[in-house]
Amino acid sequence: MDELFFQLTFFFYLAASAGFIMHLVSMRKGVDRIATWILTAGFCIHTVGIILRWVSEGHAPMVSFHDTFSFLAWAIALAFLLFQAGHNVKALGAFVSPVITVMMVAGLMHPRQVMPLPPALKSYWLPIHASICLISYALLTIAFCIAIMYLVQEHQIKNKRLGAISRRLPSLQTLDIMSERCLKIGFPLLTLGIITGSVWAESAWGSYWSWDPKETWSLITWLLYAALLHQRLTVGWRGRKSAYMTIIGYITLLFTFIGVTYLLPGSHSYAL
Amino acid sequence: MPSDINRTEILLLGTNHNTAPVEIREKLALRETDPPAVKLFQELPACQEIIFLSTCNRVEIILGTVRPDDAREQVIAAWARHTGLDKTLLQDNIYIYSGEKAVKHVFRVAASLDSMVVGEPQILGQLKDAYRTASEMDCSGPILNKLMHKAFSTAKKIRTETKIASQAVSISYAAVELAKKIFGDLRGKSALMIGAGEMAELAAQHLKTSGIERLVVANRTLERALDLAKSLDGEAVSLEELEDVLIDVDIVISSTGAPGLVVKKDQVKRIMRPRRHRLLFFIDIAVPRDIDPKINSIDNVYLFDIDELKEVVEENKAERQKEALKAERMVEAELIKFKSWMQSLDIVPIIRQLQQKAEMVRQQELRRTLKNLKGLDDREKACIEKLSQSLMNKMLHDPIIFLKKGAHDSHRDEVLSMVCRIFGLNGAGRAISLENYRSGKNADVKTCRSKQAG
Repeated sequence: MDELFFQLTFFFYLAASAGFIMHLVSMRKGVDRIATWILTAGFCIHTVGIILRWVSEGHAPMVSFHDTFSFLAWAIALAFLLFQAGHNVKALGAFVSPVITVMMVAGLMHPRQVMPLPPALKSYWLPIHASICLISYALLTIAFCIAIMYLVQEHQIKNKRLGAISRRLPSLQTLDIMSERCLKIGFPLLTLGIITGSVWAESAWGSYWSWDPKETWSLITWLLYAALLHQRLTVGWRGRKSAYMTIIGYITLLFTFIGVTYLLPGSHSYAL
Repeated sequence: MPSDINRTEILLLGTNHNTAPVEIREKLALRETDPPAVKLFQELPACQEIIFLSTCNRVEIILGTVRPDDAREQVIAAWARHTGLDKTLLQDNIYIYSGEKAVKHVFRVAASLDSMVVGEPQILGQLKDAYRTASEMDCSGPILNKLMHKAFSTAKKIRTETKIASQAVSISYAAVELAKKIFGDLRGKSALMIGAGEMAELAAQHLKTSGIERLVVANRTLERALDLAKSLDGEAVSLEELEDVLIDVDIVISSTGAPGLVVKKDQVKRIMRPRRHRLLFFIDIAVPRDIDPKINSIDNVYLFDIDELKEVVEENKAERQKEALKAERMVEAELIKFKSWMQSLDIVPIIRQLQQKAEMVRQQELRRTLKNLKGLDDREKACIEKLSQSLMNKMLHDPIIFLKKGAHDSHRDEVLSMVCRIFGLNGAGRAISLENYRSGKNADVKTCRSKQAG
């Protein structure tokens, strides 16, 4: 049953991506609104799917890669929809919705069977820690998309190319402000995610911090984003530098999220 | 066609930047006449409806008249008289359109397709003003009311559905557009003007209307800076204070006549830290350049010089030309609609006359018959009444269909006069008596005013 929901969600996200990209290319009015509705519909179906999965698995569906990617896609969609409702940054959908779709594909590529949960992970900390982390990832994903848009727009303006591409993107300052907003919410959540994780580690493994590769890389990611935010708030870093840092931070984040599990297995690894 | 079918024709006499030099256009504009120009022409016997539009690039006299030939002669004569221009000279400098061509011209003017800068937005407002003046002076009428409303709605449609006016085609506007690309919203931003030049002043004014909060003027001579600051409602500083001001402002427009650079790269590099790396946009419209071109390589600093701005403008112009083709097609479509409305004007009164005549005959005959048939009860009377009605309707059905179809026929005039002759109608459908015409006109003006208000 929840498999059907997952597939339906996937097709809705795919259609929404197509819609947003079509809008970006044609700039026809109303197309973006339709795409937003499709995405919203996909998001609702996704929500039901996740609840069904939770019920059938008996624990929060944030353990296997399949479920985690799915939850991350859900969180990005949620963050994007809330963000758009407040700001309506033009063209953002065309950048974010493909990422959502890619997350769904990544979910599809991993086996969906439910593995028995190791006893150490059976805790109410699982949904708290995992969902906080994944929601912070979602916000940082949007910050990453905005950083890419910023670099494209800034490249156009610096090189005095003001044609089709530049016209389709928001102004530099708008992008910069939006990026900062994402970071300002995403970073505290990431911090909270790490704290809840270590509290949970203490109760499960008896130690707050054991320098497991996942933990180490989380710390690296956290430090990068902390440096970025610090520079932004104290010296007023912004623009290109900040956009590059956002992208570097996000790549590190992806490595922490995916790479570590594959390459540096430790006690944190997901059930693959 | 019988002369008794009096149809209002639309006639247009005008001049624009293509047909007349500015000295003649100035005279033809009749800007400071008393009474206003529109009133002068309305007094002419052959002009029933009139709108007079004059802008710096064009003068248009739009007429609704039942005697187009007379109206043309009278208007030219009056125009020559009031401007003091020779009649033949005047005729050489104007164009005259009638009927469909006149309508098309009005649509194109309203949509800014006939403008010197295609797509410039002012013309629609100017046409609206001209129409309002004409309405207030009781000069417009039902035909021109409809024409104007169609022209306005077509222009609006073109504006929203094509990108004809979406890009800046003047240097000063292009500068503002660029600023918006960088800052998004200009409200609350501040600008610095270095040096005084017409173009810089214009750009500063555009920035102000776009919401710039603070304007600083810097000049070699503080006196001149003070003058300019006063006229632009800004603050004046001397060139020595430049670096301090640069820390605070967001946009810099430079247009001094200085032979060397006024703003150097190290200067800007130095101020980036105190200004907390906020975006800084330089517009250099001076020749030779005021601002070190290398500034563009500093992070968060953007520089456009005059040539680059010109390039932007050229690209935008090319884009507009493409959009203008789309707009022309939309004008053609609206033109067809308007034409069929005009034509229906001829048909409707004839149909009404036909129906009235038939109804009159029916009533007459019915009365006579009922007088001769005594002792009928109500039901029987009703039957006879019904019989007469259906006879009439059935008989009229085909001629009315024929008329309606005929409206779009190429032999329309013949069709109409033929019908009139067959049924013995006087055909003066459009010859609304002048009294009716004027009073009807007032009603129309009122409705369109309320429409405009809404």
